[in-house]
Amino acid sequence: MDAAQAVLKISDMPFPAVDEQQGTVEGAGPAPRADNRDTVGEPFVEDPRMTCRDVNVYYGEKHAIRDVSIDIAHNEVLAMIGPSGCGKSTFLRCLNRMNDTVDTCRVSGRILLDGLDIYGRLVDVVPLRARVGMVFQKPNPFPKSIYDNIAYGPRIHGLAESRSELDGIVENSLKKAGLWQEVHDRLDQPGTGLSGGQQQRLCIARAIAVQPEVILMDEPCSALDPIATATVEDLIAELREQYTIVIVTHNMQQAARVSRRTAYFHLGALIEVGPTDRIFTNPRHRLTEDYITGRFG
Amino acid sequence: MSFLVVPCLLLLLASVAFVQGKRRALAVAAGERLHSRPWYHGMLVALWCLIPGLLIYLLWVFFADSILTRLVLQELPREMLARGAAQKTLLVNDLHNLVAGHVAARDIDPVLQQAADHYRALAATGRMFMAFLMLGTAVLSAALVYFRISPDLRSRNHVEQIIRVGLLLCSTVAVLTTIGIVLSVLFESIRFFRQVPLAEFLFGLKWSPQMAMRADQVASSGSFGAVPVLAGTFMISAIALAVAVPVGLMSAIYLSEYAAPGVRTWAKPAMEILAGVPTVVYGFFAALVVAPCIRDVGTMAGLDVSSESALAAGLVMGIMIIPFVSSLSDDVINAVPQSLRDGSYGLGATRSETIIHVVLPAALPGIVGGILLAASRAIGETMIVVMAAGLSARLTANPLEAVTTVTVQIVTLLVGDQEFDSPKTLAAFALGLLLFVVTLLLNVVALYVVRRYREEYE
Ligand SMILES: Nc1ncnc2c1ncn2[C@@H]1O[C@H](COP(=O)(O)OP(=O)(O)OP(=O)(O)O)[C@@H](O)[C@H]1O
Ligand SMILES: [Mg+2]
Repeated sequence: MDAAQAVLKISDMPFPAVDEQQGTVEGAGPAPRADNRDTVGEPFVEDPRMTCRDVNVYYGEKHAIRDVSIDIAHNEVLAMIGPSGCGKSTFLRCLNRMNDTVDTCRVSGRILLDGLDIYGRLVDVVPLRARVGMVFQKPNPFPKSIYDNIAYGPRIHGLAESRSELDGIVENSLKKAGLWQEVHDRLDQPGTGLSGGQQQRLCIARAIAVQPEVILMDEPCSALDPIATATVEDLIAELREQYTIVIVTHNMQQAARVSRRTAYFHLGALIEVGPTDRIFTNPRHRLTEDYITGRFG
Repeated sequence: MSFLVVPCLLLLLASVAFVQGKRRALAVAAGERLHSRPWYHGMLVALWCLIPGLLIYLLWVFFADSILTRLVLQELPREMLARGAAQKTLLVNDLHNLVAGHVAARDIDPVLQQAADHYRALAATGRMFMAFLMLGTAVLSAALVYFRISPDLRSRNHVEQIIRVGLLLCSTVAVLTTIGIVLSVLFESIRFFRQVPLAEFLFGLKWSPQMAMRADQVASSGSFGAVPVLAGTFMISAIALAVAVPVGLMSAIYLSEYAAPGVRTWAKPAMEILAGVPTVVYGFFAALVVAPCIRDVGTMAGLDVSSESALAAGLVMGIMIIPFVSSLSDDVINAVPQSLRDGSYGLGATRSETIIHVVLPAALPGIVGGILLAASRAIGETMIVVMAAGLSARLTANPLEAVTTVTVQIVTLLVGDQEFDSPKTLAAFALGLLLFVVTLLLNVVALYVVRRYREEYE
């Protein structure tokens, strides 16, 4: 219980850098690998881009996320792993308030983007979602032309003054998503006519086109073959230079390849956060270890 | 009555066959593995009992009368038959009346009475014969299958095949009926076009089907230009669509995108009730409430409005077809995957932006299909127009005047006693054909659009 209280106190602090301290707390306990449900590892960083404190999510009566506190640093790739149904998607969707579209969903706690509470009463979700973009598990291009798919966001946000500027944004986004080579001569054809991997990159390009600061990806490769997956992973590696990326994945090799930090969720609780290589080589929590060694999940 | 006893017996027999077949399958199995479950064996025996019996019964029902009539007529005196085809039909009619026990208005020819009695006797024997034949065949064919039951008999496959054939027959009935209707309308129309040239019918600007009955009568010679009638139909349908499309579409969008689930569960059926109101009720609503209203408003505005107007009929018809648009649109809007909406919201689009730019374009072909369906409904509507739009076939673009439609003209042409070979009556069939072609075209377009829509976002 001591450990639990310590963690609670830590999560109450505004922006603590408590990595070491957390380690000591765990180290002081009787077992080197804790079995309780409090976050172990290093959930907090200095100068975070997003800060989440005591986030709880309910779907009606169902408590889907329990007391999650975590920071997301600038220009990092944070991977979220965990067994199916543990709340990864739910938590991800909290970060740009996509859960608002679910009637039964209720969110409490604080989530800050650059110090601004995104659930604050005066916050408008439209610019928020423009700053925190999202790529979904299944590629979901609009049944429009490739060009219109990319131009959709810039148009509704008025990002382009002229047609040529819009052309520029479209070309740029497609180039960043590594799709330009394949589609530059058929921009007027429907986006739904592309292959699965191309569609997913189209969706990433579409998200990039509104110049977000954070990109949330919910299992972006689960519908793709290994080659398309590799393309998307390369893309993530490139995007990391400019964007903050949070990616949910079931593929642990993928998490190991693309991310700098990894967060492990279990039954709605955030169990462990730490540098990816450390999580995969030396997990501190028994649940994390069980999961990554394949004992369940 | 005894008419129904025989099929009932057959059914009874079939159920006995089912039980026996099942029992035998179990007995034959004796620990061995059956190819099909006993239920299928029983079913196979029952079907083989039922189907041959039913076939014989149907043959009797369809052909007994003509065979018996021919037999009886052969025995009538020669001179009675030699009076020509028309007389013969009359004779057969009388005969049937006598057989059925109706009292004929005329004096009954004793010869004919005798023939009728003969007919009845023949029919009774025939029925007995048929019943025995039927039950005998049923028992025989059931027995044949019954003794073939063995663990290896592929009863399941046979039963499936019989079911398939049965389903095929049912759908054939629907198709054949359609073809029959079309053909009958087509043949009558061809008779019409022998008397009135096709070009005059399609392009003529004057519709007044009243014709002189006799040569010495003073009357108009009748002109059959379908244009004014068709124009009336299109005008009223256009008004109806102008009402139904915006209202229906908007309410569909509200119901599927904005309304709380609770509201939706009662609001949608409530709207669909509109389609269930009998059109006659709409008709007097149009004639007694809407039309006078329009006339009063028109008079106040200094307009000359007739008490029966295209506008009144069109408005009410528009209300009637709202559910066609709203219900179908609601379905297709709901069919647009949530992932598309999420994609749009995820880019920071508002709800209305998402609806206008993503949901509606994705659902558009389906919506168009719904609208076309509503349009063909409007084109075929009769009652409201009869009651509220009048009968005068005037070629006008003014919705405040009385007009008439294709369906209304068909009704007025055919109501009452008519000669069935005057162009006036035959014109009804030509109009029917025209209407059929127009709605068919609309439906083809609707089907095409709906089919394309399926490929849209998969
Ligand atoms: N719209 C909803 N209404 C009610 N419960 C929901 C809803 N969405 C998710 N849940 C529940 O919340 C819990 C977390 O779901 P979530 O989708 O976040 O899991 P996940 O970790 O993303 O799983 P997966 O790896 O299978 O995608 C689950 O138990 C799920 O049943
Ligand atoms: Mg998920």
